[in-house]
Amino acid sequence: MKFGILVNEGPYNHQAADTAYQFAKAAIDKGHEIHRVFFYHDGVNNASKLTEPPADDRNIVNRWSKMAEEHGVDLVVCVAAALRRGIVNENLASGFRISGLGQLVESGIQADRLVTFGD
Amino acid sequence: MSESTGGIDMDEESSGTVKKFAFINRKAPYGTIYALESLEVVLISAAFDQDVSLVFMDDGVYQLKKGQGTKAVGMKNFSPTYRALEGYDIEKLYVEKESLESRGLTEEDLIVDVEVLTAEEMATLMDEQDVVMSF
Amino acid sequence: MLHIVNKSPSERNALDSCLRMAKKGSTILLIEDAVYAVTKGSTVESKMKAAMAKDIHVYALWPDLEARGMQDTVIDGIKQVDYPGFVDLVADNKNVQSWL
Repeated sequence: MKFGILVNEGPYNHQAADTAYQFAKAAIDKGHEIHRVFFYHDGVNNASKLTEPPADDRNIVNRWSKMAEEHGVDLVVCVAAALRRGIVNENLASGFRISGLGQLVESGIQADRLVTFGD
Repeated sequence: MSESTGGIDMDEESSGTVKKFAFINRKAPYGTIYALESLEVVLISAAFDQDVSLVFMDDGVYQLKKGQGTKAVGMKNFSPTYRALEGYDIEKLYVEKESLESRGLTEEDLIVDVEVLTAEEMATLMDEQDVVMSF
Repeated sequence: MLHIVNKSPSERNALDSCLRMAKKGSTILLIEDAVYAVTKGSTVESKMKAAMAKDIHVYALWPDLEARGMQDTVIDGIKQVDYPGFVDLVADNKNVQSWL
């Protein structure tokens, strides 16, 4: 089955980014396809490569990048929400791309299920 | 339109598929950005020719309150956009009766025409959707 | 339909709104801070039992229960799932709504 995922909160402040990641990982492990992870609202902060958590904490941004690299998951950051919050190509972590909101609507159309994680 | 839709060519990738999309608005405007950014998704969805419904319940009904004036707080008043939705062929706006009444509001207080549904009717509407987006 | 709730029932009204909209035969999954709603002896217990009596299936995400130390006081009848079980619930229901 194809899943679309919408992440509406930034990393560390709210558990949404963690739950979304654990869900996506479990889905991939079960043989499902993650059609796209779309980052909206403060969720765009999941894509900042300037993030530096303490060494004993999980690295949320790198975790997403690794998922994109290993499983070809499409990580899309909403351009309007990103510009509002200072996320641009210069500080975008690997595996992420910036695009329009149409990518979210399209994920809703193409995926069998769209699951939202937020506050 | 291609920039706002993320460069997607609707004719090739998404034509033919019409899904029932519901946007569930349960948050008040201005206190957080969710209402405004939700409206931005709704406007983009119009370009995809889907069957779009907007649901306002809980504090989301405050998004439609008449008389919003944001000059003093220095924020953009986006409430007139709800009146413009008709021009985008987004005409299915639903408000939950209980949410409206418990906030001391009536349909007269809202800036657009809506269909008021009971919780039970709203539950049926939600159940019929293919994609439910909540902000 | 699968309803996902992630808010503590004593802080926000998401669970109440969800319970108002959940139809007979539907499923509710409690995750994140919403797992506090499954606690025996809490004021929410009667609501959860009423929902289950209406043939609404209630699940809680056990990694979230365990993270919060709430795994030993779960109301009878509430089922627990892990992340793969969460994926199955989404796959098995034709649509999903997150009560943010």
